Amino acid sequence: MPYLTLSILVPIVAGIALLFLSRADQTSLVRQLALAGAVLGLAVTIPLYTQFNTATGAMQFEELARWIEAYNINYHLGVDGISVLFIILNSFITVLVVVAGWVVVEKRPSQYYAAFLIMSGLMNGVFAALDGVLFYFFFEAMLIPMYLIIGGWGGPNRVYAAIKFFLYTMLGSVLMLVALLYLFNVSGGSFEILRWHLLPLPHKVQIFLFIAFFLAFAVKVPMWPVHTWLPDAHVEAPTGGSVVLAAITLKIGAYGFLRFILPIVPDASRTLTGFVIALSLVAVVYIGFVALVQKDMKKLIAYSSISHMGFVTLGFFLFSQLGVEGALVQMISHGFVSAAMFLCVGVVYDRMHSRMIADYGGVVHTMPRFAALFLFFAMANCGLPATSGFVGEFMVILAAVKVNFWLGFAAALTLILGAAYTLWMAKRVLFGKIANAHVAALTDVTTREFWLLAVVAIAVLAMGLYPKPFTDVMHQSVLDLLAHVARSKM
Amino acid sequence: MSMQALYLLVPLAPLAGAIIAGLWGTKLFGNRLPRAGAHWVAIIGVGVSFVASVLIYMDVMRGNVFNGPVYTWLESGSITMQIGFLIDTLTVMMMLVVTFVSLMVHIYTVGYMEEDPGYERFFSYIALFTFSMLMLVMSNNFLQLFFGWEAVGLVSYLLIGFWYDRETAIFANLKAFLVNRVGDFGFLLGIGLILAHFGTLDYAAVFKAAPELATKTIPFLGATEVSLMTAICIGLFIGAMGKSAQVPLHVWLPDSMEGPTPISALIHAATMVTAGIFMVTRMSPLFELSETALSFVIVIGAITALFMGFLGMVQNDIKRVVAYSTLSQLGYMTVALGASAYSAAVFHLMTHAFFKALLFLAAGSVIIGMHHVQDIRQMGGLRKYMPITWITSLIGSLALIGTPGFSGFFSKDSIIDAVHHSHIPGSGFAYFAVLAGVFITAFYSFRMYFLVFHGKPRFDTSPARGHAHGKDAGHGDAHGHAGPPHETPWVVTVPLILLAIPSVVIGWMTIQPMLVGDFFKGVISVAINHNVLEEMARGFHGSMGMAVHGLTQLPFWLALGGVVVAWFFYLKRPDIPEMLATRLSPVYTLLDNKYYFDRFNQWFFAGGARALGNNLSEGGDRTLIDGWVVNGSARMVGAASRLIRFLQTGYVYHYAFAMLVGAVAFLTWSLRRM
Repeated sequence: MPYLTLSILVPIVAGIALLFLSRADQTSLVRQLALAGAVLGLAVTIPLYTQFNTATGAMQFEELARWIEAYNINYHLGVDGISVLFIILNSFITVLVVVAGWVVVEKRPSQYYAAFLIMSGLMNGVFAALDGVLFYFFFEAMLIPMYLIIGGWGGPNRVYAAIKFFLYTMLGSVLMLVALLYLFNVSGGSFEILRWHLLPLPHKVQIFLFIAFFLAFAVKVPMWPVHTWLPDAHVEAPTGGSVVLAAITLKIGAYGFLRFILPIVPDASRTLTGFVIALSLVAVVYIGFVALVQKDMKKLIAYSSISHMGFVTLGFFLFSQLGVEGALVQMISHGFVSAAMFLCVGVVYDRMHSRMIADYGGVVHTMPRFAALFLFFAMANCGLPATSGFVGEFMVILAAVKVNFWLGFAAALTLILGAAYTLWMAKRVLFGKIANAHVAALTDVTTREFWLLAVVAIAVLAMGLYPKPFTDVMHQSVLDLLAHVARSKM
Repeated sequence: MSMQALYLLVPLAPLAGAIIAGLWGTKLFGNRLPRAGAHWVAIIGVGVSFVASVLIYMDVMRGNVFNGPVYTWLESGSITMQIGFLIDTLTVMMMLVVTFVSLMVHIYTVGYMEEDPGYERFFSYIALFTFSMLMLVMSNNFLQLFFGWEAVGLVSYLLIGFWYDRETAIFANLKAFLVNRVGDFGFLLGIGLILAHFGTLDYAAVFKAAPELATKTIPFLGATEVSLMTAICIGLFIGAMGKSAQVPLHVWLPDSMEGPTPISALIHAATMVTAGIFMVTRMSPLFELSETALSFVIVIGAITALFMGFLGMVQNDIKRVVAYSTLSQLGYMTVALGASAYSAAVFHLMTHAFFKALLFLAAGSVIIGMHHVQDIRQMGGLRKYMPITWITSLIGSLALIGTPGFSGFFSKDSIIDAVHHSHIPGSGFAYFAVLAGVFITAFYSFRMYFLVFHGKPRFDTSPARGHAHGKDAGHGDAHGHAGPPHETPWVVTVPLILLAIPSVVIGWMTIQPMLVGDFFKGVISVAINHNVLEEMARGFHGSMGMAVHGLTQLPFWLALGGVVVAWFFYLKRPDIPEMLATRLSPVYTLLDNKYYFDRFNQWFFAGGARALGNNLSEGGDRTLIDGWVVNGSARMVGAASRLIRFLQTGYVYHYAFAMLVGAVAFLTWSLRRM
């Protein structure tokens, strides 16, 4: 079975079908079809895990077809231990997003769900593409539904945010296109990413390619200082948009580092290690302080995301198995935790229509079940052991101390900063006396909302208590990658 | 049942209780469990755990030690991280203390929290605490140690903030979590150094390899090198300073009294705060390799023991007096660690767990009896109203001040003796601190005792007196609480009595095996030149002999002096302390403000972090990056396109002219290169 093609096509086809159901009386049909599409989309990715061969670091589930013969462009898909988990994560998050929007989205639901499903398929394409042009196609195409989601279902300042998001990421990836075309030329007319991995390149060229790719991916991650689009995008995006943005879109940037930068330009990567590590640590520490003073819950979580993604880029550039695997674990964990945090904000936003921390206080009195879940995710966000948030941070910090004590020292500051901004927010939102009449009138989570969050909570707990199944999938691919990076290509 | 299954049962039984009470007892799954159901699952869970611990104790006494994995948590390259148990004498002693005190506190809670709306939630939390603490002490590796370490911190956070509508409580729990995180920061770096240089997180493997790395140095700042072992030990000890509330990371413990009294006894006196002491003892094979670290430990401990004791003398809240006493006693244990008298530290940990849990639960009993008044200035003469609480409090206080024969005497005297023989830099100061501390401990303990139980009642005894809405809001008004103080129900007094018994006898019974004998055979490692307990062991002729000998020693007379001064000041001449407070007002103000630690932290760390955050957010993100670069470049594009618009005139000759200029420029440039 072509599981990868299915994982791309199932959501896209369901999404396109939804576009034909735009009449007002079709809303419930729309929801059911959207859910069916998302669940089927998740179902076809399950074999990717169950049939995955952990003994090899090579590509699996490969599919190859000619696409544009004149330029030797292929429809080439495949996954390894680095990418496979993100396809499953993405398909899982899509189900959550559909359920989260169930009764909440009243404005043009068919287009809303269509945008998410199509985006989900495109993002699976990003993780599965092994052809440069195919990758670029998916990478750019996924911007369009996200742009529409922010611009169409967003908050009052959505147009500024949507354009900022679009321009930032577009401009970032312009140079990447140049780099792809250059690689096509020097490789003798091939867009095969895996062939580019083997291409010998002089150091100077590697540096230029590094910069071109780095700009594209650093904006997506986002790394400091090209991160300022993210808080704006999150604040204006509807809940589902924020969830996908945080859980998946950011991971695409980080994934680019492992699929393009490290293997194609290993020598440049080693040369510029200090630069990337410095930016990562700035993200962890500087952004930690910035998060502390945010007054808007979504902004705070957005900054917290940037800080957590700093661990990912830091882990990559430690060039050790513990570091890279820790970074990958952090990516998956952040997918769960940040998604849950944004879902939690969505739950109270739907009731209060405010994201301002100051408008809340004492929510636990009226929403005790919500408060329990929110506090659980807050704890996961500050990396409490037995939650998934701990695993990646722990691995990366340990790997960093091994490289240099002070690297670990700076990275470990997140222990204090992360707890400070997350729990201070939790204190002001959840605890204390009931702050005002709006809080007093709140109703607790519905069954749908409860299980939506509970499912993520179970995932967070399971990954925290037993992360081995996740890392076992990665081992061989990470080892191969590190061995590859250690060899000079000059 | 195999022993391994029994080991698993010890932490899992309370965990099951916590899960059942937490999910079905609360609104999470719709409050299906009745209140009694919640306390029964928790009590049965902890009870099973206690019985299993006793069985394991007997097994360990037969010489069966266990060290093995439960499951592999993670593998990455050559690093394997496991969840696993190390069951030896040190572990089993901690298991007994934790499960016994926890069981007492569980029973006590039935009475203390009787009418609290969060009853089920409370049982879920304390059972979860018991699980976490057991995982911590039973661990055979640094990963699980850190797990338990943070998990007890989480439960402490949840319980300090148990009454979440109180501003002081939710401030205190955030503060406790963050201060502990500062400690954990050091702890994690210590663990990171261990993994980096040993390649494993397994205790046994690390201890085995440690002597070979004793002289290894690592680069610190620039060209400076520091001893690896010192760096590791100080990192780990910073963790202990957070959890065991050593100066300057002690600030969270007094505030933690905002939580319900049962957890003050269980978590913030008997068990969790001693995790740091336990951990350093467990790591004795590492600490013995660094005199610098030991010196650091003894000085920090001495400062805590002495200066926190001073603060106990001016507190008026009954729980805060006991809290400062806990800080000071933790300082004693830390001093013992620094003097390499690990077994004395653990011995004091054990005796302290019993008498301090007793003192806290008795304080809670007083608070119930007084209808939630916590100010000792409003008490007095309670011995007539609350006889059981009175007698058990007296026993606890006598044990705390080290009255010969009581449990605290054996452990405290051993520590003083050990410090006396220590040659670690700083031990001179420490010896002074622990001696002076004896007087201070006796003074503040009996100041509180006399003010609470003796003298004339300073409260309104008329039956019409209304319900005082004090700080402990555990009670509702429904059961007609009014009138004079009353003795508490049996669920409260029985734990007091059960804790009073070991407070008297446990030291007498166990000093021989624990300090003189080889109870800790092979578990605690002490370098030959650090063996300060040997001297004491040589002069030891039975518990009786030590107690009698104690009557002639300086610590006893210091303690007696403290009691007499307290009696004179607070029963005979209450004008003297008032006069002293005015005469020595600068000193009094300093003590009353707790040396200004809180103010400084609030201003420097909390305020500083917020100011820095605001500057980075406004100045960095908004002005610099967004204002200048992002929107600036957008404006640049706008400006540039306006300029270019001028060029796009539509006249062919303009374009032709521009082409010409361009061609000339290009040619010039390429010619110059030739």
